[in-house]
Amino acid sequence: MANVTLRNVRKTYQGGFEAIKGVNVDVADGQFCVLVGPSGCGKSTLLRMVAGLETVTGGEIDIGGRVVNQIEPADRDIAMVFQNYALYPHMSVYNNMAYGLRNRGMAEAEVKTRVDEAARVLELGAMLERKPRQLSGGQRQRVAMGRAIVRQPKVFLFDEPLSNLDAKLRIAMRVEIRKLQRRLKTTSIYVTHDQLEAMTLADILVVMNGGQVEQVGNPLAIYEKPATTFVASFIGAPPMNLMSIGSDEIKSQLGGSATDAGILGIRPEDFVITDQTPAGGVALPLTVEAIERVGAETFIYGSRAQDAQRIAANPGELPPGEVIVRVPGTEAPAIGAKIRVAAVRTKLHLFSGDGRTRIEA
Amino acid sequence: MQKQAIFQSKLLPYALVAPQLAIVLIFFYWPALQAVIQSFLLQDAFGLSTTFVWFENYIELFKDPAYFAAIVRTFLFSLAIAGSSLSLALLLAVMADKPLRGVMLYRTLLIWPYAVAPPVVGVLWIFMLHPSLGVLSRYLRAMGIDWNPLLDGDQAAALIILAAAWKQISYNFLFFLAGLQAIPKSVFEAAAIDGARPMRRFWTVTFPLLSPTIFFLLVVNIVYAFFDTFGIIDTMTRGGPGTSTVTLVYKVYSDGLLGGNLGSSAAQSVILMVLVIVLTGIQFRFVERKVTY
Repeated sequence: MANVTLRNVRKTYQGGFEAIKGVNVDVADGQFCVLVGPSGCGKSTLLRMVAGLETVTGGEIDIGGRVVNQIEPADRDIAMVFQNYALYPHMSVYNNMAYGLRNRGMAEAEVKTRVDEAARVLELGAMLERKPRQLSGGQRQRVAMGRAIVRQPKVFLFDEPLSNLDAKLRIAMRVEIRKLQRRLKTTSIYVTHDQLEAMTLADILVVMNGGQVEQVGNPLAIYEKPATTFVASFIGAPPMNLMSIGSDEIKSQLGGSATDAGILGIRPEDFVITDQTPAGGVALPLTVEAIERVGAETFIYGSRAQDAQRIAANPGELPPGEVIVRVPGTEAPAIGAKIRVAAVRTKLHLFSGDGRTRIEA
Repeated sequence: MQKQAIFQSKLLPYALVAPQLAIVLIFFYWPALQAVIQSFLLQDAFGLSTTFVWFENYIELFKDPAYFAAIVRTFLFSLAIAGSSLSLALLLAVMADKPLRGVMLYRTLLIWPYAVAPPVVGVLWIFMLHPSLGVLSRYLRAMGIDWNPLLDGDQAAALIILAAAWKQISYNFLFFLAGLQAIPKSVFEAAAIDGARPMRRFWTVTFPLLSPTIFFLLVVNIVYAFFDTFGIIDTMTRGGPGTSTVTLVYKVYSDGLLGGNLGSSAAQSVILMVLVIVLTGIQFRFVERKVTY
């Protein structure tokens, strides 16, 4: 049991590339922290620095009140689950889990107790004598989890542990991991590029971009009040619609209250198809370009009448002038139809023109 | 899915493999057949009369204590050469696998000796360790070692093993390095987090995971020590002093070409052929099955 604190952590590679540009994160004891961001944002590097697999070139990493910058991975009292599971291919499932305990000189009886307990929890009892290659992806994943939990470490580190599984299994394992962590109450840091995984697992969500933290906080709070346009478009699927406020139509509807704002964001699910304009809200006329019906909901891809200006490039960003609207599955306008969608004032997100600051209207 | 080429003519495929088959038949099977036939014949010293003697050449051979000594010597040489070159190469490969400055240069330099032909290797080592000319011999004598591989059979054997092992290190190094790089780095990282110190990590993770490579190289090295050391022996000691560095292959050459006993020499090469077939059989059988895990 321990908290993990990152104080102004930096990583500069030889040759000057700065992968981590000063990260501050505080994970309280027993919390589940998720680092999320696009590939190359430094989230895995940061996790590997906490594990001790990468050197720290600046700042401090503190695990349970002890600065571990110079401490070997083995002595940090952490366990890690790797993306490719990193099971020992020549050892049985039992020995894979027992290895870390035996290395620490634990008595064989105690080793057996712990491995059997972990096998029971993870339903691996029937396959303790098998080799990893005889297991399915999901089973390997559970062995990797087992190897982590038998050690009863202070901190669990997960490096995209579900990305090699198929979609269905991924959801099942996601729930398993959350339940397991709730029960064990072990502080965890979890890296993923999947925003849905991040939203569902995290107590505390850290959104990273380009080696920096964009926003830290409760996942729902981040969803409701993204601090930058990057976070706004990264968290949530389909992404938030971002529109520049240069155009008269939007600016006039917003009125004088949003004079500093340069970008307006509206989530697809906050639109309703209506002819009315809510007070202080925004209404947009759209031409329906495409429709995706997925059962419970329908996604409408519409284009705005006039050309909107292109906004700063972000992952998942829509082509300029295109708007996604999410409506219940029962609604399905015809392609080419002219519709009018509106969002109420409280559902509008306003950002500065560079997208770096949120403006509360 | 199977890749299958469709030929219009029935003869074309045979015509296409014919050159390869011709090379194999003319340069491998025909001489081998000649050796087998020769091994049943006895010729007089001038090659004027030839008698068919059935297995007499083989029987003579197995009654000959010199042949038995050569068998034992060859096995000892092989074990010493394979053992020392494998362990040194593994050590070097493990060190070269680390992210070091200039690691590419280091790796390249380690691979060079493989490009040196065996007789040249022999000459190089003789220059260094010849009792009167060798640059290193002086230091050995200064250290109080009575170094004279031209007179001392054990020292001559050591010299052969040294030169032969040195040449083979490069080859082994290459395979070990490739083997190491085929193991995902995360497995070593997992072991490090699991509390295994470097030595323990090596013996419990690296070594078992390399065992297919080790086994493959063991067979290759034994074959090398059996056959390819001829050039080294011939340039360094010519089997001497006495017969202390005569291996099975060298004996085929010295009995046949120097001693003129073609029948016995042929019988010896047939035995060697059988040996190679057995070794290759073992290798295929186990490497196909991926020995370890």
